[in-house]
Amino acid sequence: MAEVILDGISKAFGKTQAVENISMVIPDGAFVVMLGPTGAGKTTTLRLVSGLEKLDAGRVLIDGRDVSQETPAQRDIAMVFQQYSLYPHLSVRDNLAFPLRSPILKTPEAEIAQKVQKIAEVLQIPHKLDNKATELSGGEMQRVSIGRALVRDPAIYLMDEPLSSLDAKLRADLRIELKRIQSELGSTLLYVTHDQVEAMTMATHVGVLQDGKLVQYGTPREIYENPNSVYVASRLGLPRINVLPSDLFGGHHKGPQIGLRPEHIMEGDGAEARVIRAEHLGDQTRLHLDLSGHSVITLAADGRSYEPNSTIKVTPREALYFDAGGTRVI
Amino acid sequence: MAKIQIKNIRKEFGDFVAVKESSFTIEDGEFFMLLGPSGCGKTTTLRMIAGLELPTSGQIMLDGEDIAQLPPSQRDIAFVFQMFALYPHMNVRKNISYPLISQGMPRAQVKAKVAEVANILGIEDILNRPVGGLSGGDRQRVALGRAIVRDPKAFMMDEPLGALDAEFREHMAEELRALHDRMGATTVYVTHDQLEAMQMGDKIVVMNNAVVEQFGTPQEIYDTPATMFVADFIGSPSMNFLPFAGNVAPGATSVQLQDFQATIPEQRVGSDGSMIFGVRPENIALSDSSSYRAKVLATEYLGTTQVITLDSPNGELKARISSAQPVKTGEQVGLDFKSETVTLFDKDTGTALRSVLNEGVLAHG
Repeated sequence: MAEVILDGISKAFGKTQAVENISMVIPDGAFVVMLGPTGAGKTTTLRLVSGLEKLDAGRVLIDGRDVSQETPAQRDIAMVFQQYSLYPHLSVRDNLAFPLRSPILKTPEAEIAQKVQKIAEVLQIPHKLDNKATELSGGEMQRVSIGRALVRDPAIYLMDEPLSSLDAKLRADLRIELKRIQSELGSTLLYVTHDQVEAMTMATHVGVLQDGKLVQYGTPREIYENPNSVYVASRLGLPRINVLPSDLFGGHHKGPQIGLRPEHIMEGDGAEARVIRAEHLGDQTRLHLDLSGHSVITLAADGRSYEPNSTIKVTPREALYFDAGGTRVI
Repeated sequence: MAKIQIKNIRKEFGDFVAVKESSFTIEDGEFFMLLGPSGCGKTTTLRMIAGLELPTSGQIMLDGEDIAQLPPSQRDIAFVFQMFALYPHMNVRKNISYPLISQGMPRAQVKAKVAEVANILGIEDILNRPVGGLSGGDRQRVALGRAIVRDPKAFMMDEPLGALDAEFREHMAEELRALHDRMGATTVYVTHDQLEAMQMGDKIVVMNNAVVEQFGTPQEIYDTPATMFVADFIGSPSMNFLPFAGNVAPGATSVQLQDFQATIPEQRVGSDGSMIFGVRPENIALSDSSSYRAKVLATEYLGTTQVITLDSPNGELKARISSAQPVKTGEQVGLDFKSETVTLFDKDTGTALRSVLNEGVLAHG
């Protein structure tokens, strides 16, 4: 395992600047998630680190070594893609062993058998080792394809939305499993997703990408509690943060825009808001409000009922302020 | 507008039974969700209401009239499909007016009607554009416009948001619900997404293996599930199931989980043997004083809350607690169950045992 440094990397495809001057340090043993919507440059960044794309500018350092000019095979990385691709004619055991049998690694068979067994136990599939790959369920197949990467013990694992093709329940299970495996093995991992739940629950560090640029890099808690722009604040949190003109609430404010997470809108006194609808989601009730023509979502107090078109009063707590361009004002 | 009563409807395709005798009522003006996993019969049920399939037996009453065997054209129901099909060679206005023109409505009236619908959907400025260059959201709005313009008695929607990406889906879900609130038209909506069903629906029917598992408001279904399937399918993370064995007498207010005496809502019926103690993750709290001990296996930060995976004497379970509360992987903690929310299930049949908590809900469905 190793520390990986991205030093001012850039990549353009024709006129589109896909990645622009990204610098970040991925510490040894960190689980770094790159988060952003489609087109933000996440996958391109990952491909630049892997060597599947060639850098226009900047350097990639793995364990202190500049690998920018090396091929993917020379870089000592392992990748997992969104779509699991197993060899259908091979058993689970042979699928897992395949990377170790590569002519570059020349691993002895006894060591291969031992490593495959250990990874199968970590992934909780030792009883499936002799099954054909095609006899597995979707979740098991994705576990095997993650296992095929893990068996190699490379400097860094690169994963591109490995869970997004799975159903919700399985995704939730594998989230925990992946996090557990990563912390048990002490692996360094760079993981791309647009799913904020994956970013928040698994990452030690989250890098938020916007139009090819890294706009914030920190722990999930830092990003959630201390975002440096409206864009970053909107990436984490469900329901999403409410961004409103500050003067709706009267008094003095630090900036023209106020950002309020649903849990930071207090009921009692303050500005008048009209109830549009209450959504009962079981573990929480979301209240849709109209505040002087702006729609606002907040969380309702336990066990209270709200009639549509009734009026309640709300006041902000722990507000975040932003300037007119969306940059945070401290 | 319409009230739709489904009475003992059944559908067979050869030897395969897609829907077994199912009954429920959709009240006038309701936003009604048919929810379940793939293959549960929800789309077949919707297609029977629309007339795209004829039921093998049973009745479908639309405002008191049995329409089960009528062709779709005589039902006055509009259908919105998952992949919104628009006429690519026509502009937006022509796409929306087409159903009216084909009914032979006079031009002036068509024009007024299209203007009204465009206003409701907020698409007046794109009426003369070709549909080819429209964004996904606008295409969806046009498809809705074409369904609304006929003033049908009811709308049928088959996963209309299924093909959209997550962020946009959330936005369209809100827009659809707001549209429904303005128009008040009875809407039947098929989805496999439990959160979508909870968010948008006035009522939900949960289906599984061709049968209706439960029918009620989102809150009723969440708080008082009738079966283990419903308890597991609704909610994320889903309800925790703690298996235990014992004897529960009518009137019991506690059960024995290993050495721990857990308080439960007063039971109306007794049961003997293998049972399940069902408790939602947000109804489990950490408490140093509790003698029910568990080991923390994992924590997942979610902003305001965190989800903790625990190894308890009755198996693995999940708790949702405030992120402000510090928890470390590997530590031993005590657990408190919010006793008034607990549901007991018969392990073999998977059905909920009646108690003070759920008797009101389970009595009617």
